[in-house]
Amino acid sequence: MAVERLFKDEATEEKGERARMASFVGAVAIADLVKTTLGPKGMDKILQSTGRGHSVTVTNDGATILKSLHIDNAAAKVLVDISKVQDDEVGDGTTSVVVLAGELLREAEKLVNAKIHPMTIISGYRMAAECARNALLEKVVDNKLDAEKFKTDLMKIAMTTLSSKILSQDKEHFAKLAVDAVMRLKGSTNLESIQIIKKPGGSLKDSFLDEGFILDKKIGVGQPKRIENAKILVANTAMDTDKVKIYGARVRVDSMAKVAEIEVAEKEKMREKVQKIINHGINCFVNRQLIYNFPEELFADAGVLAIEHADFDGIERLALVTGGEIASTFDNPESVKLGHCKLIEEIMIGEDRLIHFSGVEMGQACTIVLRGASPHMLDEAERSLHDALCVLSQTVIDSRVLFGGGWPEMVMAKAVDELARKTPGKRSHAIEAFSRALVAIPTIIADNAGLDSAELVAQLRAEHHKEESNAGIDVISGSVGDMADLGISEAFKVKQAVLLSATEAAEMILRVDEIITCAPRRREDRM
Amino acid sequence: MALAFDEYGRPFIIIREQEQKTRLRGLDAQKANISAGKAVARILRTSLGPKGMDKMLQSPDGDVTITNDGATILEQMDVDSQIGKLMVELSRSQDYEIGDGTTGVVVMAGALLEQAEKLLERGIHPIRIAEGYEVASRIAFEHLEHISHKFEFSATNAESLVQTCMTTLSSKIVNRCKRSLAEISVKAVLAVADLERKDVNLDLIKVEGKVGGKLEDTELIYGIIVDKDMSHPQMPKQIENAKIAILTCPFEPPKPKTKHKVDIDSVEKFQTLRQQERKYFDDMVQQCKDVGATLVICQWGFDDEANHLLMNRNLPAVRWVGGVELELIAIATGGRIVPRFQELTPEKLGKAGLVREKAFGTTKDRMIYIEHCANSRAVTIFIRGGNKMMIEETKRSIHDALCVARNLIRNNSIVYGGGSAEISCSIAVEAAADKYPGVEQYAIRAFADALDAIPMALAENSGLQPIETLSAVKSQQIKENNTCCGIDCNDVGTNDMREQDVFETLIGKQQQILLATQVVKMILKIDDVISPSEY
Repeated sequence: MAVERLFKDEATEEKGERARMASFVGAVAIADLVKTTLGPKGMDKILQSTGRGHSVTVTNDGATILKSLHIDNAAAKVLVDISKVQDDEVGDGTTSVVVLAGELLREAEKLVNAKIHPMTIISGYRMAAECARNALLEKVVDNKLDAEKFKTDLMKIAMTTLSSKILSQDKEHFAKLAVDAVMRLKGSTNLESIQIIKKPGGSLKDSFLDEGFILDKKIGVGQPKRIENAKILVANTAMDTDKVKIYGARVRVDSMAKVAEIEVAEKEKMREKVQKIINHGINCFVNRQLIYNFPEELFADAGVLAIEHADFDGIERLALVTGGEIASTFDNPESVKLGHCKLIEEIMIGEDRLIHFSGVEMGQACTIVLRGASPHMLDEAERSLHDALCVLSQTVIDSRVLFGGGWPEMVMAKAVDELARKTPGKRSHAIEAFSRALVAIPTIIADNAGLDSAELVAQLRAEHHKEESNAGIDVISGSVGDMADLGISEAFKVKQAVLLSATEAAEMILRVDEIITCAPRRREDRM
Repeated sequence: MALAFDEYGRPFIIIREQEQKTRLRGLDAQKANISAGKAVARILRTSLGPKGMDKMLQSPDGDVTITNDGATILEQMDVDSQIGKLMVELSRSQDYEIGDGTTGVVVMAGALLEQAEKLLERGIHPIRIAEGYEVASRIAFEHLEHISHKFEFSATNAESLVQTCMTTLSSKIVNRCKRSLAEISVKAVLAVADLERKDVNLDLIKVEGKVGGKLEDTELIYGIIVDKDMSHPQMPKQIENAKIAILTCPFEPPKPKTKHKVDIDSVEKFQTLRQQERKYFDDMVQQCKDVGATLVICQWGFDDEANHLLMNRNLPAVRWVGGVELELIAIATGGRIVPRFQELTPEKLGKAGLVREKAFGTTKDRMIYIEHCANSRAVTIFIRGGNKMMIEETKRSIHDALCVARNLIRNNSIVYGGGSAEISCSIAVEAAADKYPGVEQYAIRAFADALDAIPMALAENSGLQPIETLSAVKSQQIKENNTCCGIDCNDVGTNDMREQDVFETLIGKQQQILLATQVVKMILKIDDVISPSEY
């Protein structure tokens, strides 16, 4: 008697070994895909979107690559997810986390084939991850108290992060930009107050950090181009015709004369509003919504600088920076807080005119202007800088620092290996596998740089056998070098997040023994 | 297909278009049904116990869920077979009634069906099997009552509750921090429990999740969290001793339901209308201010002008708060939901000790915490986790743990877990079987065998030799007369579940046996399946 169909049409079920294989294959394939972008000599990928225009992105940021892939394999989706979370949480290490999870699964596959139960592997991995974390904790350096050293630490971290990106040519310049910007935040992680403006033209070297605030808008016609000691009113109000908000109101007139009257009244109303705004004693008015020509003219007459159509983020940021409040009614000028700044002027960057607010009250915010040859270049530069900023802002909170260049992986691998020797039972196989997966990362970094990875990793391992070694892979000279001398550092928080989320993801995929795929939802407009 | 003919030799049409329908009858129907039921149980079997595996489910839209919660797996599985759907219903009703043991109940039903199949082959009538099962389930039910233990806890000493919740959580992916999650669940349940009436309203516990952070950051908040932010970015982020006006009317000019028009035909009218409009906003804000509110929570949106007026009068406000959350806030703060500005009075305001806005991570996520409420009986469990899947799974696990804690407060009897209760029942049922004359005896014995399926699956999933382990435990139970021997899934070294502190609620176990028996009876009674053929 044949079993009746249990599932709906097109729904598929994969069980046991097959399910495990499907998830291993998917996850390892994803890891291999991004593997070549790892490290300072990693390569970039071109992504072409299927949307209209087939726009092209060139990147080496793991999260960006994975985000744009269309994946059907469920296990692969888990990996994409962890890289996304890594991006949100710490901003960097998005490639490493996927590669490490992939390596862990690759090792697990071998163990499963050797008839070790996935649950045993998981418990081994858990022990190993805990042990690796403790090994790192022992070696961290914390320079929070020494401001001078802390700053050099930040510089080193920023340079290490940037060295694998497109900005590596000018990494010193950009590292300085990023460190300066983050130091201004004074410990807050709100990256919103660092504004990045991209303007094509010039070269990457021409990028600069501006201490004030730059608004990518134009000043209205006939209004002053330069104001000193500006009093700014930030507003969110309609400056076209003010709508009557009472429901169902409409204008019904019976003669042309009346129309004219109403129009006059309307104009009068707008004039009144503008007058009220001017009565605040301001000389600069920034509105989120449009300002029509008529009120603009009125402002110009009063010598007030009016900026229209600033976006919502811009308004909030400006309000934050200048210390004013966002106003929507203007009846009681005495209670509205105005923003202040020393100087507003129009500046030119490339061919564009921007409005520059300098000498603002709250020095937290700043603007980074990126220049570069093409929009693709700028996009990638922005992503790289964003990574660096994220890492730095996280480091300011958790100031523990490690060396880079494969050093942490070797330290962890050593500790995990020792644990494996001490652990009785089948779990020790899993722990050993964990250490192999860790060593795979320096191997990949060396491979990507075109170096003899087997030789280098063996040397590295020998170096690490000595106590207190700072050895790591020096990709530039192609040999094993002292990471302390080379100034290659990474943030502890990033490494820890990579370790923990990769283990978690591997565990999640290992636990699965059955995949049930529902029939894809039918879409009307298909084909 | 059987046809009936009238005296002229024309066939009666009994079922419309009967040639186009497939029909299974008699033994075939029963066997087909049983194999479908078994197929569903087989899928869940590997998820049972602390070492159970997970299932990966891909929804029609391509979203991935990884879980080992029986009810969730079955619900998302897209089952087509009718009997399969019955099994799904079974696990769902266990979920509604008890909240835990959703996998166990399906595995149990599957085992019962498997045993029934053997009996059917020997020619025993399905109704007799069903009756035998019924008798056996009653024996097991009573036996469970007999071996159960009362256990004591109080609001101050909840250690035993925590232990029970840990048993539930240990089979989930969150078992890494089961201790802290179990504590959170117990605290939450105790906060809302009415110990006198032995009642817990789980609606008062809100489970919120936000991606980011670690699982260890999950926390219990004595108050409410709303996933919203202050309507104006510059409103104060922290309010102490807040008096909250809870409104369900928008800060906008009124919109009468009857159709109307306001005609403007002169300049004066235009101006009065304008005045009127401004007055509306002024009045609304003033009314809130007059009753002494220091925070406005509104179900609807605000007009830009109203927003600024609120800001200007130093009256922080939250907009677009959902209906359910609004109700919870009203319960927690002891306020009343006010549908009209005119009806605002100082008595209707809710009170909270502290309201604050908190930001998360590098992204611009903000939430509003309402804490130290007048009526502290509403709590929120706020889950953090690596990714969305993790949070969803944690939510499900916490839900299970909450249900278990609630069941214990309702009825503080427990039985020991790890399959020990099933083994003990199996022994009791087996012994009772001999007393029954007639065919039922076989069915009762089959029931006893089916009860063994759960410890067997537990042993199998933990990588132990199922048959050897089970027989060893069984003989130990009889020899030592100790009903607490179970399967040592975690490799602790002892199989006395009392020492391992593994226990489950009595009602949960009883419910499992009853529900499984009922469904199996229903399936056995079907002898005709008529289904429309493919079209």
